[in-house]
Amino acid sequence: MDVDWGPLWLTMQLAGVTVIVLLLVGTPVAWWLAFTKSRIRTMVEAIVALPIVLPPTVLGFYLLVALGPHGAIGGFWKELTGSSLSFTFTGLVIASSFYSLPFVVQPLHGAFESVGKMPLEAAWSLRASKFDAFLTVASPMAIRGFLSAIVLGFAHTLGEFGVVLMVGGNIPGVTKVLSIAIYDHVEVLEYTQAHILSAVLLLLCFAILTIVYTVNRRLPIHVS
Amino acid sequence: MTVSCVLFLLIFYVHASAASAEEVRAAVASNFLATFHEIAKIFEHDTGHVLAISSGSSGKLYAQVQHGAPFDVFFSADSKRPRLMEQEALAVPESRFTYAVGRLTLWSANPALINGDGQTVLSQGRFEHVAIANPKTAPYGVAAKHTLERLGVWPEVERRIVQGENIGQTFQFVYSQNAQLGFVALSQVLSPKINGAGSRWDVPVHLHRPLTQQAVLLVNGQRNQAAVAFLEYVKAAKAQQIIERFGYGVEEKPHANE
Repeated sequence: MDVDWGPLWLTMQLAGVTVIVLLLVGTPVAWWLAFTKSRIRTMVEAIVALPIVLPPTVLGFYLLVALGPHGAIGGFWKELTGSSLSFTFTGLVIASSFYSLPFVVQPLHGAFESVGKMPLEAAWSLRASKFDAFLTVASPMAIRGFLSAIVLGFAHTLGEFGVVLMVGGNIPGVTKVLSIAIYDHVEVLEYTQAHILSAVLLLLCFAILTIVYTVNRRLPIHVS
Repeated sequence: MTVSCVLFLLIFYVHASAASAEEVRAAVASNFLATFHEIAKIFEHDTGHVLAISSGSSGKLYAQVQHGAPFDVFFSADSKRPRLMEQEALAVPESRFTYAVGRLTLWSANPALINGDGQTVLSQGRFEHVAIANPKTAPYGVAAKHTLERLGVWPEVERRIVQGENIGQTFQFVYSQNAQLGFVALSQVLSPKINGAGSRWDVPVHLHRPLTQQAVLLVNGQRNQAAVAFLEYVKAAKAQQIIERFGYGVEEKPHANE
């Protein structure tokens, strides 16, 4: 039985890169959401949560327009690099980052909120810089939040389908991710391959979630 | 509330039975969708029946019918799947006929891009992506792949190919200029919305196997008078003229056997 494992590897890469991007972008956003008193806070919260409720087609449609050579993101990228974003791995990373944003920001937001400002203020009073206090005090305390963010962001990107179907172009090794490969196999009635790939994805997601729940239970809340 | 509901149903019932309108559930290959809408409009006007249209790649629609999708008629982009349906007793025997012969065209939304024959344009490579329909599920995808192979440019362009899930999505990739050009159905370019805009090179028919598009009456629809009437309507001159206007060839004899 010929099973092409390329899409599995590609999907893992996509999920990995997306999580890294989202940690870099999402951590400051979550921090801001947890502690700001700004009036636009609720609006930003709502925007971050949008991908949970919007159908992937809405996101996919906007991304298709935005990533295209005349779109806001794609046009800028083309000026910058000379190549377009649509149907590229980078394009998919951008798409996935929007798609999985709430799954990273929300756990972090919750964690930062529950840690609260008190330990930080204590650190500041001991003359730790703000950034230093964040790294050495808040982050270790919010470690469960980070773990959930990483795992949920990763797993949610593994499960991405609709957006990739709309903006990916089904290119082997570039944009043909696991969910698309499974869809293709089902379409041409190659049920054996579809079964194998589906089972792999199912077990992978189950294993990831089991690990995170186990670790979460055992991790101490306070890290010295 | 209840009264108005009953009243509504009553009115609806009376209206429906007065016109003896029936619904035809049609599964239509994406390339034929724009043409189908046009035919559906005049059929609905002429007969009072109503069409419920689902479209997708022929491969997907075929798989859906196999798994019990409740369609009455199937308009495929090929003759292979309607024939398989006959063999698998999913279609009514003898109902299969060729409703159109598809034309493939290399199209760009940019009026200046395709300025010569396809071979030159493709081998010059002034594009990042060329879109084709997925050759595994869409007959227009197979034809596009054959054309690229026959033109001898497959090795050069293979890495630039992006695949649409069906010819509808393929067209949309090119229309949105995410792909600079692509192999689409001529009918899509000639549809009222596009009206031949952009630039194109119509693929000579000898470069790929003919895109003989056949339709069948599905077992589901064999008792549906409207479905039977619709298939006859498609074979008649009025509909055939529309089909030709959209850039398809039509067959002389109604029953093609191959």
